[in-house]
Parts: sequence; structure tokens; C-alpha cells
Amino acid sequence: MYSEKVIDHYKNPRNVGSMPKNDPEVGTGMVGAPECGDVMRLQIKVNPETQVIEDAKFKTFGCGSAIASSSLATEWVKGKTIEDALQIKNTDIVRELSLPPVKIHCSVLAEDAIKAAIGDWKSRHSESASEPQASAASPKAE
Amino acid sequence: MAPKLPIYMDNHATTPVDPRVVEAMLPFFTDRFGNAASRNHSFGWTAEEAVENARAQIARLINASPKEIIFTSGATESDNLAIKGVAEMYREKGNHIITQATEHKAVLDTCKRLEKYGYEVTYLPVEKDGQVNLEDLERAITPKTILITIMYANNEIGTVQPVAEIGRIAKAHNVLFHVDGVQAVGKIPVDVQKDGIHLMSISAHKIYGPKGVGALYVRRKNPRVQVASQIDGGGHERGMRSGTLNVPGIVGLGKACEICQEEMATESVRMAALRDRLKHAIMGKLDEVYINGSLEHRLPNNLNISFAYVEGESLLMGINDVAVSSGSACTSATLEPSYVLKALGVGEDLAHTSIRFGLGRFNTEEEVDYVAQRVVETVSRLRELSPLYDLAKEGVDLSKLSWKTD
Repeated sequence: MYSEKVIDHYKNPRNVGSMPKNDPEVGTGMVGAPECGDVMRLQIKVNPETQVIEDAKFKTFGCGSAIASSSLATEWVKGKTIEDALQIKNTDIVRELSLPPVKIHCSVLAEDAIKAAIGDWKSRHSESASEPQASAASPKAE
Repeated sequence: MAPKLPIYMDNHATTPVDPRVVEAMLPFFTDRFGNAASRNHSFGWTAEEAVENARAQIARLINASPKEIIFTSGATESDNLAIKGVAEMYREKGNHIITQATEHKAVLDTCKRLEKYGYEVTYLPVEKDGQVNLEDLERAITPKTILITIMYANNEIGTVQPVAEIGRIAKAHNVLFHVDGVQAVGKIPVDVQKDGIHLMSISAHKIYGPKGVGALYVRRKNPRVQVASQIDGGGHERGMRSGTLNVPGIVGLGKACEICQEEMATESVRMAALRDRLKHAIMGKLDEVYINGSLEHRLPNNLNISFAYVEGESLLMGINDVAVSSGSACTSATLEPSYVLKALGVGEDLAHTSIRFGLGRFNTEEEVDYVAQRVVETVSRLRELSPLYDLAKEGVDLSKLSWKTD
């Protein structure tokens, strides 16, 4: 039921870990919800001069396909500019990992996580960043 | 000694057929292949004798009379026959049925269909431990109530219901009482007299018998219960269930019941010991694991645990040489976790992290130790991967975060 690539990412997830959330060069995206059975946290470290994503880390609560989708996302964003990273589509992830239809939401979540992390980074780096604009998909403390 | 892999620990789903059962069945495929309904020759008589012997073996296990046993294709059919058969037969008396939220789908979906035909169904909630509240049950009874259908023991969480008390309530209100006995019969003592049961569904393949055969107990005295047949034909099984009898299967069900009766006392103690060994091995090594269901009123072979911050399906993937079952439903289109855990009030976040271990006759201590070790390793590894575990360790209360759920 799982493709070999999913199993490989599940067994040997790439770029697992965390970066300091408050580091100005780090963007954090957390998407999903525990009650839906999937939460992904994707972090990117961006060079402000070149806009290149120099490092990426993830942690995921979810099924094997969710873990594989986020692991793959970290591999793909590394070395890309944020504009190029924003071009990654969930359908690319579906194709690469041969996800079945019931697992497409995992790839959607991974795309959302990339966008949320970049959104978070941008919000710290745009001129109007004085009021921190929480990414729509990030959980906020009530 | 390392156990042979893969390890089967999903005995609530099905069980392997006991070799003694296979042995009893085999002649009825070849030499003794007769149709039990053939009255004119020895082939038929031999088959009929075997069927009647099985009827007696089953009846003995539940303290019934052999004439009260109706053979079916399995417990799903038994549940359908009991509920639809009573609904149809007693339609003039009333149209109200009482059941509970944690029943098997064979009961719930049957009730749902009856609702389409004008019946009214009360789906009682359950307590935190999975037991039905007897006061709720009694209050739900109306003059229109014809049937209470409550399972003996739950297939996911192993909670055993207060069946004898429910039987007394049913009797006091002159309402029929059907019990889905699939997980309980053969595992714990079940006595249709003491428990005041009027109808009970039984399955062979949950008690080391073959798939595709089951039975429905239908009381004949105090009161005499009637069910309208749902399959019409040759009038087999006293007109309640037509169709040529599955003689080898029935012989297997009978033999399986006989073995359960002889070995239940020792087997249930052994199951509980294995279950507790598994529980202690897991809980001694991992924090934030929660047992679902009742600790006190529980099948000896069931353990259902939520491993906080680790999604169930990813855990199953990590212990892929062990066959257990997950309360998560990541593969379903709705992403809904187990409705049974939900009915217990287990949060959806924890429901996604639950695993059901179903121990069986052929599990060993070595297997239990291996499974515990694999579970502990995999949960630890996946927690290192879990952003929720990180947050929890930082002291963040996850329930206080607002998640975007669309």
C-alpha cells in the first residue's frame, strides 16, 4: 500500500529537527491539526541577501505519507530561492511519492507548510513587518 | 528465542482455526459430504447427526437448549436476522429499538436501515469506560419499545457490558433483549439464562473456528421469541433461515465451542497474564500512554492504548512485522477516527494515536515481549519526529492552541 519512496522517507526521514523560531533568518510553518491526525512543522533558514533557502527542517505528526511528504518537501526547498520554492505543487509530491488518492491531503499539507514557512519568513523581512503577521495556517495561542 | 515473524495480535478481527477444529471438519468435505436436509439416505442422516451434535456443543457453552440455535453465515447475518426479524415480527407491538453508540456496524447499520422503514432507534451514549448507563437505558424504554440490542463485549476496547442487569431491565419492561455475543462467547462465561438474553449472535471465526459460519440463539421458553425470516427458501432452521446448511462449517463451530468450554477457565487466565505483561512492558517504558476502555470490566485478551503525539497509522508502519489494528482512520475519506473511541469521549487527537492489541490462544510470552519492544522503539522514534511532542515538552497545552481545521 506504500510506495518504496514513502517507505524510504518514513524509515530515513531527511532533515528532521528544529531551528530557533525567533531567529530572524528562520521561517516556521505549522499546518494541520491533531484532531485531523496530521500536523506538520516545516522550518526554513533563508539567506536575506540571495533569498535562497539554505537549510530546512521538519517534524511531522501523521501517517507515513504525511511524514514522507514533509521529508521530501525539505529536500526540495533546500537550495531553492523562496520564489522557486513557492512553485512546488502538491501534485509534484503526489507524483514523486506515488501517493494514492486517499493520501493526497498529505501532499496538500506539505505544500501548505512550505507556503506557511515562507509566509512567516517574509512577514519578518518585509518593511511592514513591524506588526508580526501570523501565518494564516499557524496555530495561535488563544 | 526469537519469535517467528510476522506476529498475529489482531484476534478481535479474526482468529486462526484451531488444528483440532480443522481435524473435526475435514471428513465433512469429502466422505461425509451429505446434505443435512436429505432425509432419505445415510449421507443425509450422517450430516444431520453432525449438525445436531454441533447444535448441542454450542448450546452447552451458553446454557441454552440445542433447539434454540439457528445456524447462519456469521454474526453479521445473525445480527440482521435478530434485529430485522424481531422488528418485522413485533411490528404491531411497537416500532422502537434501543441500542448504543459503540455497537458493531452490523447492529448500527441494521438499525439505520430500519429507521428508513419507519422504526425509531435510540442510540444510547456510553460512559467513559464504555459501559452503557443503566438508568439511561431504563429511561429510554417507551410503550413502543420492542427490542434492546446491546453487545456483550466491545470489539475495539474490550469493555464488557452489565448484561445481566440489562436482561433484568428488559424482562421488567417486557422488551426483548438481543446481544451481539461475538467477542464474549468462548472468552468469558456467557449464560443466556442468568443473563436474561432472548437472542444472541455468535461467530465461529472469532473463537478459532472457520469463517462464514455463525449462529443465532433464539429463546423458545419464557418467553418464546419469534423472528421473521430474512432469507426465504426451503424452510431450514425451523423456517427462520433457509439455505442448505454449511455442514463442515457448523461442525467447526461446534468443535470450537466445545474447546472453548473445556479451556476457558485456564485460557482466560493465560490471556489476562499475557495482556498485563504487554501493558506493563509498554507502560513501564513510555510516558503519556493511555488505556482506552474499562480496566475492570474488560475482555482478558484486549488492550487498547493511545500513544499520545504519535499517529496510529505511522506506528503500524513502524511495527510492520506485527499485526495489530489502529483506531486511526487516516485512509478513510472523512479522516474520522474510531467512532467507538469518540463515543467514550476520547479526544480526536488521542483517538488518532490508538492501537488495539487482540491476544489469542496461540500468542506466546516471547511474542508479547517482542511486540512490546517494537512498540516502545517505534513510539520513541516517532515522538522524536513529532512536533506535538516537542510542544508538549515545552509545556504548551495543545488543547489551548487554535488549529486551522478545514
